Amino acid sequence: MFGKIRPQGSGPGIADSWHGGDDGENPLGPGAEGGALPVHTKQIGLWALLVTISMLFAGFTSAYLARRAAGEWTPIPLPRVLWLNTLILLASSATMEVARRTLRSWNLRALKRWLGITMVLGLAFLRGQFVAWKSLEQQGIFLPTNPHGSFFYLLTAVHGLHVLGGLIALGVVWFRAWRERYTPYHPAIGLCATYWHFMDLLWVYLFVLLFIL
Amino acid sequence: MHHVHEENHEAPQSFLRRYIFSTDHKVIGIQYYLTALFMMLVAGLLAILIRIQLAWPQTPQPWLHKILPGLYDPNGIMRPEYYPMLFTMHGTLMVFFVLSTAPVSGFGNFLIPLQIGARDMAFPFLNMMSYWTFFVGCLVMLASFFVAGGAAASGWTAYPPLSALPESIPGSQWGQTLWIIGMVFFIASFTMGGLNFVTTVLNLRTRGMSMFRLPLTIWAMFCVSILGLLSFPALTAGVIMLLFDRHFGTSFFVPSGVVIADKLMPHQGGSPLLWQHLFWFLGHPEVYILMLPAMGFASDIISVFARKPIFSYRAMVFAILVISVLSFLVWGHHMFVSGMSPYLGMAFAVFTLLIAVPSAIKVFNWLATLWRAKIHFTTPMLFALGIVSLFISGGLSGIWLGQAPIDIQVHDTYFVVAHFHLIMAGAALFGVFAATYYWFPKMFGRMMNETLGKLHFWLTFVTYYLTFFPMHFLGLRGMMRRIYDPTQYDLFKPLQPINELISHSAFLLGAAQLIFVFNFVWSIFRGKKAGPNPWRANTLEWTTESPAPHGNWRGPLPVVYRGPYEYSVPGVAEDYIPQNVAPAEVKTVGARG
Ligand code: HEM
Ligand SMILES: [Cu+2]
Repeated sequence: MFGKIRPQGSGPGIADSWHGGDDGENPLGPGAEGGALPVHTKQIGLWALLVTISMLFAGFTSAYLARRAAGEWTPIPLPRVLWLNTLILLASSATMEVARRTLRSWNLRALKRWLGITMVLGLAFLRGQFVAWKSLEQQGIFLPTNPHGSFFYLLTAVHGLHVLGGLIALGVVWFRAWRERYTPYHPAIGLCATYWHFMDLLWVYLFVLLFIL
Repeated sequence: MHHVHEENHEAPQSFLRRYIFSTDHKVIGIQYYLTALFMMLVAGLLAILIRIQLAWPQTPQPWLHKILPGLYDPNGIMRPEYYPMLFTMHGTLMVFFVLSTAPVSGFGNFLIPLQIGARDMAFPFLNMMSYWTFFVGCLVMLASFFVAGGAAASGWTAYPPLSALPESIPGSQWGQTLWIIGMVFFIASFTMGGLNFVTTVLNLRTRGMSMFRLPLTIWAMFCVSILGLLSFPALTAGVIMLLFDRHFGTSFFVPSGVVIADKLMPHQGGSPLLWQHLFWFLGHPEVYILMLPAMGFASDIISVFARKPIFSYRAMVFAILVISVLSFLVWGHHMFVSGMSPYLGMAFAVFTLLIAVPSAIKVFNWLATLWRAKIHFTTPMLFALGIVSLFISGGLSGIWLGQAPIDIQVHDTYFVVAHFHLIMAGAALFGVFAATYYWFPKMFGRMMNETLGKLHFWLTFVTYYLTFFPMHFLGLRGMMRRIYDPTQYDLFKPLQPINELISHSAFLLGAAQLIFVFNFVWSIFRGKKAGPNPWRANTLEWTTESPAPHGNWRGPLPVVYRGPYEYSVPGVAEDYIPQNVAPAEVKTVGARG
């Protein structure tokens, strides 16, 4: 699998094909050579994406902290279902990790199974967040009612959309796994796992920020 | 099992895949560039309307009523509630859709793979998506002129409560909502671009192209992408909250007790200042997103036409890095009058003035590069020198503004308008022109006409200064920015001749751009054919044919042996050594062959 990696810094004269073949051949991704970092190109792109998502939530966080410090702040009650949601999302990270490892042993069947479980857990998490919204509404806390509530709806909505994006990506990977497109060094599963764990951590962070700090 | 990307090896044949839904970075770069030029036309026409109004506020313009009956009443007087729409959309379009887009998304896309020796961007499909997302953003912004109430009217900075309450001004109805949506598309597109740029520069450099052999243009693009990825999310957060305030009744930014037309607004306890912090956390890095590419172009072009290495390449790189870091620590200088604690204001002022240090290093190095050089005054060189000139004249007023006691006097006056038009708008605009004249041969395979180019430069240069320099005096005399009719104040009546002068030169400035448009179109078809390297330059884009083929180099990728600025090396026969020339191949003086 690593047969086609090129020596670095070697002189001219090595004929190079367009991009050095497909993803499976160059473990750093198409075209990565010369001064490339020892990381898959797509992984770098994903990290950059996670950095900018982090900045988005940093922006929300500073707004939240500033608003809370400004006074007139009545905390909303913690919807109980959030504990369950948190557990579900943590569990989904674990199953995602299992899925990732199954691929290492070329076990596509297990990969499909564990990806499926991860997706079901992800959907359950989203459903649970929705239940949390409903329970607040039943207590008369709507989006505009209270600053804490506004931030809760806002942050869960934005986070939920990002989880949804991750679910779509997982769906694509799952679909492709059916078509037996994966080899142990294919980057897609690793990328999904990184993103998924990040969403998981992000939720834990938001939970702590909104209800514990 | 191996899925081979056959389609990568040959250029796509159908017109649609080749020129419209293309994944080739060069096509995408040119698409971005041309779209930005079109948006520049729209934003420029808005500026002309602003200048007509400011020079002759009470003079009826019946012909304008005929063309724009919504904007002018039947007597030919501009409807006052729509004046804010003009400066808002002028600023928004120019800052984001023109002067961020053309240099970064346009030339950045075009140049990064060519200058680092790559076949394309890291994620070509994402790149295509990024352009079409931008395109939708443009359509949304343009559509906003036609909704009830007109386009947004709360300034390019969109301060609430004006931007948060639809009742506050006609433009705050659907126009503001579309403004938010358009900005979301813009940010999404810029983010996709940024991910691509960062990854490509990190991982797709050709053999031998170490980070410290990158042309300064690439360093600028790299840092600008990082700035964008780190700072735009703050605005994203802000516009999402603004959208919630507008449509879902939340009170993130709207304080208690706002009364509009005798009606008490239901919002409670929000903070307009919070928006200002979020906006300027993006806003200040954003001005460097416009400035740094122009600095990169200026460095590359000055070195080529001075036929000298750029003075102290490493200092130039470190200056870019220091500016980038500092640009995150100074946003408070836009808020000195917001009632912030004087100690905090002091901290912001100190960081602001610190930026003058790396800025001065850059200026010094450009001047040192020019020192005793045999300068070739081509059109791109003239525009590059224009960048330096504008950066100096705009930077000096920045040093004034950076000090809270002075800024509190001139904040929100035409002094600020003068400052940022010289430095940000001017330098970025001249950067676009410099880059166009310089890289046109690589884009279209032909040269632009030099005579027309020089005429364009001198007219633009002179009228640009005539338009924006006098604004300093207006500002020092107290004339506020964003004002519909200065003659309403006795105090400003004596300033009217200055306002008229400014307007006249602004019209000339606009007219001079017709020369550019003509030259551009004419040269695409009739310009002198360009060889691979018409400027005898060192960077890698000049080692392939003009225009560069799909995949950029027909044979193997070039291998890099040296930095980008080896001009007039003593003892060497030619006065330039392209980056891909191996040490053994360098011809020395006296050697034959
Ligand atoms: C030595 C460097 C600079 C300093 C000390 C400086 C300082 C300042 C200060 C204090 C203001 C706020 C003025 C006010 O609103 O009262 C300001 C406004 C502005 N500056 Fe600069 N500046 C510098 C360079 C730049 C550069 C390089 C750019 C862009 C390329 C730029 C673009 C702007 C813009 C766009 C505004 C106005 C924003 C608005 O209110 O609409 N400045 N500058
Ligand atoms: Cu600033």
